[in-house]
Amino acid sequence: METASAGVTHVTWTDKKKHLWILGLVVPLSPFLAWGLVALTGWDVLWFTGGLILGVIGPVLDKALGEDSGNPPESVLGWLEERRYYRWCVYLYIPLQYAGLVLACWMWSRGDMSLLGKLGLTLTIANVGGIGINTAHELGHKKERAERWLSKVTLAQTAYGHFYIEHNRGHHVRVATPEDPASARLGESFYRFWPRTVRGSLRSAWRLERARLARTGRGPWTPRNDVLNAWAMTVVLYGGLMAAFGIGIAPYLLAQAVIGFTLLEVINYLEHYGLLRQKTPGGRYERCAPRHSWNSNSIASNILLYHLQRHSDHHANPTRRYQALRHFDEAPRLPGGYLVLARLVFVPPLWRRVMDGRVLAHYGGDASLANVQPGRHARYGAIPPAAGAATGAGGAA
Amino acid sequence: MTYRCPVCGYEYAEESGDPREGFPAGTPWAGVPDDWACPDCGVREKIDFERV
Repeated sequence: METASAGVTHVTWTDKKKHLWILGLVVPLSPFLAWGLVALTGWDVLWFTGGLILGVIGPVLDKALGEDSGNPPESVLGWLEERRYYRWCVYLYIPLQYAGLVLACWMWSRGDMSLLGKLGLTLTIANVGGIGINTAHELGHKKERAERWLSKVTLAQTAYGHFYIEHNRGHHVRVATPEDPASARLGESFYRFWPRTVRGSLRSAWRLERARLARTGRGPWTPRNDVLNAWAMTVVLYGGLMAAFGIGIAPYLLAQAVIGFTLLEVINYLEHYGLLRQKTPGGRYERCAPRHSWNSNSIASNILLYHLQRHSDHHANPTRRYQALRHFDEAPRLPGGYLVLARLVFVPPLWRRVMDGRVLAHYGGDASLANVQPGRHARYGAIPPAAGAATGAGGAA
Repeated sequence: MTYRCPVCGYEYAEESGDPREGFPAGTPWAGVPDDWACPDCGVREKIDFERV
């Protein structure tokens, strides 16, 4: 158990979650777990084990284990962030992730594996890549160069290297505004959100790097472009794997990438659904505050996603390490953990039934204060903003 | 002169600039655009920075 003494006040605090964080590695270990189970039973369907963990076991545990709203005291935050153990829980994800991918490519290339087994393994590997984007998210926010590099390495599996740029310098700047492709709008189904966020994030990442490079007097076509050099890692990775295991693995590689980044977009969808920053008299958006993110204290999702559900604190302090993120009483709360709510995202009528009322309640029934999908204002009894106002050229705060 | 991001502590010193961001050493604070966001945390812009 870890205790801290801070200054003359001698604060003593024990991190109850300390030894749980290592359990997050169950996801990158799931391909090996599946392999073992299939070898033991001979049932190819068990290649779906990774999907089972995230899609069924995770949500059940999220309900069963309940919540923890405990916060580390302010005075130990700096100390807590410096503990190396917590970083290694994150770093270890990456070698396991890629060992699993190599195992999968070997399996996909084998003639004696059933199609059912290959599809199950694709889903399992996609889950490792998708949750890997969360690992990359934790690393990409940090100031250490090595951690930023590892972030791009982790994203290579899902070909989502541009996330490293777009998330940090696009999403965090424009969050909870109509201009942010990764903030879902009230009344926007996941199926409408998906193409908007995938396309918009790509475009935003490219523009951000192009603008940065233009300030240095360069064009965008340079290895210094972080979007291009991150994608290059994917080209090298996929090229190497196909050279080793044959071109036949290409459809599986492609499928796992799309399913993997879709998993990230599911999480993006629920993190800010319907929430909106208002404009100040000066025309800027108000600063991002705890009220602009959906939170949860469910233990299972928080352990698996490195406290991502303490999302308001993450937006207030993006460089803060996961173990030091805090729960805020005033932040909007989801009715369940991310793993549970992620199930609802795919069924829009069910999602709206659970969430729309909560968005409206958050705004005291006034939907005109929410981030409403254009054309859907009437459904919520809101007056549409003046033409062009929602998509106006205004910069973000 | 040095300016600090109030959220994450990133510091912009005029004498060293931030070449990666397109501000070579010696770029005065006035030469940094107002809408330039902190390169480390992204949640504060130039006008929010504090002089050290």
